[in-house]
Amino acid sequence: MHQKTIAYRWFTTGNTIFLAVLAILCILPLIHVGAVSFSSSSAATANRVYFWPVDFTAEAYLRTLTNPSFLRSLLFSVERTVVGTLFSMFLTVTAAYTLSRSFAGRSFYAWFFVFTMLFNGGLIPTYLVVTQLELTNTLWALILPSAVNVFNTILMMQFFRAIPKELEEAAHIDGAGYIRSLVSIYLPLSLPSLATLSLFAMVWHWNSWFDGLIYMTDYRKYPLATFLQTIIQSGDMRNTNIDPGQLQILSERTVRSAQILIGALPILIVYPFLQRFFVQGLTMGAVKE
Amino acid sequence: MTEGKKIRRGLFRHLPLHLIILPSVICLLIFNYAPMAGLVMAFQDYKPRLGLLKSAWVGFEHFQYMFTYPDSLQVIYNTLIIAAFKIVANIVVPIVFALLLNEVRKLVFKRFVQTLVYLPHFLSWVILGGILTDILGNKGIINQLILLLGAEPVFFLGDGTWFRVTVIVSDVWKEFGFSAIIYLAAMSGINMSLYEAAEIDGAGRFKQTLHVTLPAMVPVILVVGTLSLGNILNAGFDQIFNLYNPLVYKTGDIIDTFVYRVGLMSGSFSFATAVGLFKSVVSFVLIVAAYRLAYRFGNYRIF
Repeated sequence: MHQKTIAYRWFTTGNTIFLAVLAILCILPLIHVGAVSFSSSSAATANRVYFWPVDFTAEAYLRTLTNPSFLRSLLFSVERTVVGTLFSMFLTVTAAYTLSRSFAGRSFYAWFFVFTMLFNGGLIPTYLVVTQLELTNTLWALILPSAVNVFNTILMMQFFRAIPKELEEAAHIDGAGYIRSLVSIYLPLSLPSLATLSLFAMVWHWNSWFDGLIYMTDYRKYPLATFLQTIIQSGDMRNTNIDPGQLQILSERTVRSAQILIGALPILIVYPFLQRFFVQGLTMGAVKE
Repeated sequence: MTEGKKIRRGLFRHLPLHLIILPSVICLLIFNYAPMAGLVMAFQDYKPRLGLLKSAWVGFEHFQYMFTYPDSLQVIYNTLIIAAFKIVANIVVPIVFALLLNEVRKLVFKRFVQTLVYLPHFLSWVILGGILTDILGNKGIINQLILLLGAEPVFFLGDGTWFRVTVIVSDVWKEFGFSAIIYLAAMSGINMSLYEAAEIDGAGRFKQTLHVTLPAMVPVILVVGTLSLGNILNAGFDQIFNLYNPLVYKTGDIIDTFVYRVGLMSGSFSFATAVGLFKSVVSFVLIVAAYRLAYRFGNYRIF
């Protein structure tokens, strides 16, 4: 169907090479850091490492994973991700179900939710609300302020709306109320969407670092992302309440690289699953007829 | 049945709906609407020990200060410059990439490219900041390459001008793949018979792209373009915060990082809130205008 002119063939070859280089450029920095993390400390400091480990050793990982501060942050991040995802998925599903029904009051709720996407109180007032509720240094400071994700709620709502009304009407005739039809009809039918949104929520929680930095005054309560942020930024005098001895060890180049990779690992693991879904998720809610 | 009875019956029938949305409403009230009320502190000389009710009112003093204080003007300027370049680059580069990828016929290769270019989007700026600091450092791998080519090393993160370039380029690097998805989706929706017709009329691949593919993408491009206007004061807090240092404050400091340092580090709550409020109001106006435009151009609605 396509004209196979010579010019077009040249273009195809050039295009293939260009795209291949572009794609590899997206992953090359990560490979470099990975190579450094598996190299000996002396090779790394002498800048002899490129894209393959020099003097292969897993010592950096050993030192990272036996470091109590690192482990504590890692565990706290896992806890935060699990609790935070469950909590916010519960809110997403319940709010989305109400927003997907037609009843008096729906448009009030809709605007109540959407307005928070358009305008916000900003950093300082939010910070003061969280501190005045005395959530500082608790898990809830990382979960509650961002628990309602309006964007996810809208996606879920649109999914619920696509489920044929007849199913719910039939259930109503059989005597099922709203809650019953949510649990027995809507939830089972929307498991794929639930899985997608949960994955996104997990990635979000795992990656969040700024809330940990401002709401946790005790560095022992830093989630991993915040902990890494502090280690990586340790060249600055901005935020260093981690004790200097540990900072020294943890900021060595190979160990720092190992930590970066461990921090990225969960994302790399769920990435193939994410990729299957996000195209669909993105086109959902875009242009409507 | 009287009106009152009807409403009460309606409320009762839909009571479960109101009940299950209640937790979300409470969360939004506390963590989104209460801070909005807290914005009044931008017009006060807020003292934590006095609270919102007893702190003294100062009117627009903080705003006047903001527009006369050289540092804050510089910060607003930096934000606009960085954000504007990012907005344009993050539209143009993904479109070009999507068009090139669209020419690839081998599905396996297409998937390979897509898998790799989408990945950086999912890594946080903490991780990417760590990686970039490593590879862009004085002795990092990029500067080693530059030395090898016989040029002088570049201080990507320590030189004011280079810092802005680094921030814009690395943001495009992180997002171009993911941003291209929406254009790829638009392309896959184009009717194949249009291409066949163009071919019969003697159009080559390039002319087909120019006269079939691009026109079909115009609505999507317009929607994305107008919606991104709301980001003109969002220069990317996470990224800048994880890359900047005092050496580049002059050109790299943006509204959000400035608010963080002035407010939470130095404790000037009211002034920082005023700067933040300025940003929120401008963004609000732009977003509302952008949504209206997007609705007219591309029939885009969120509800």
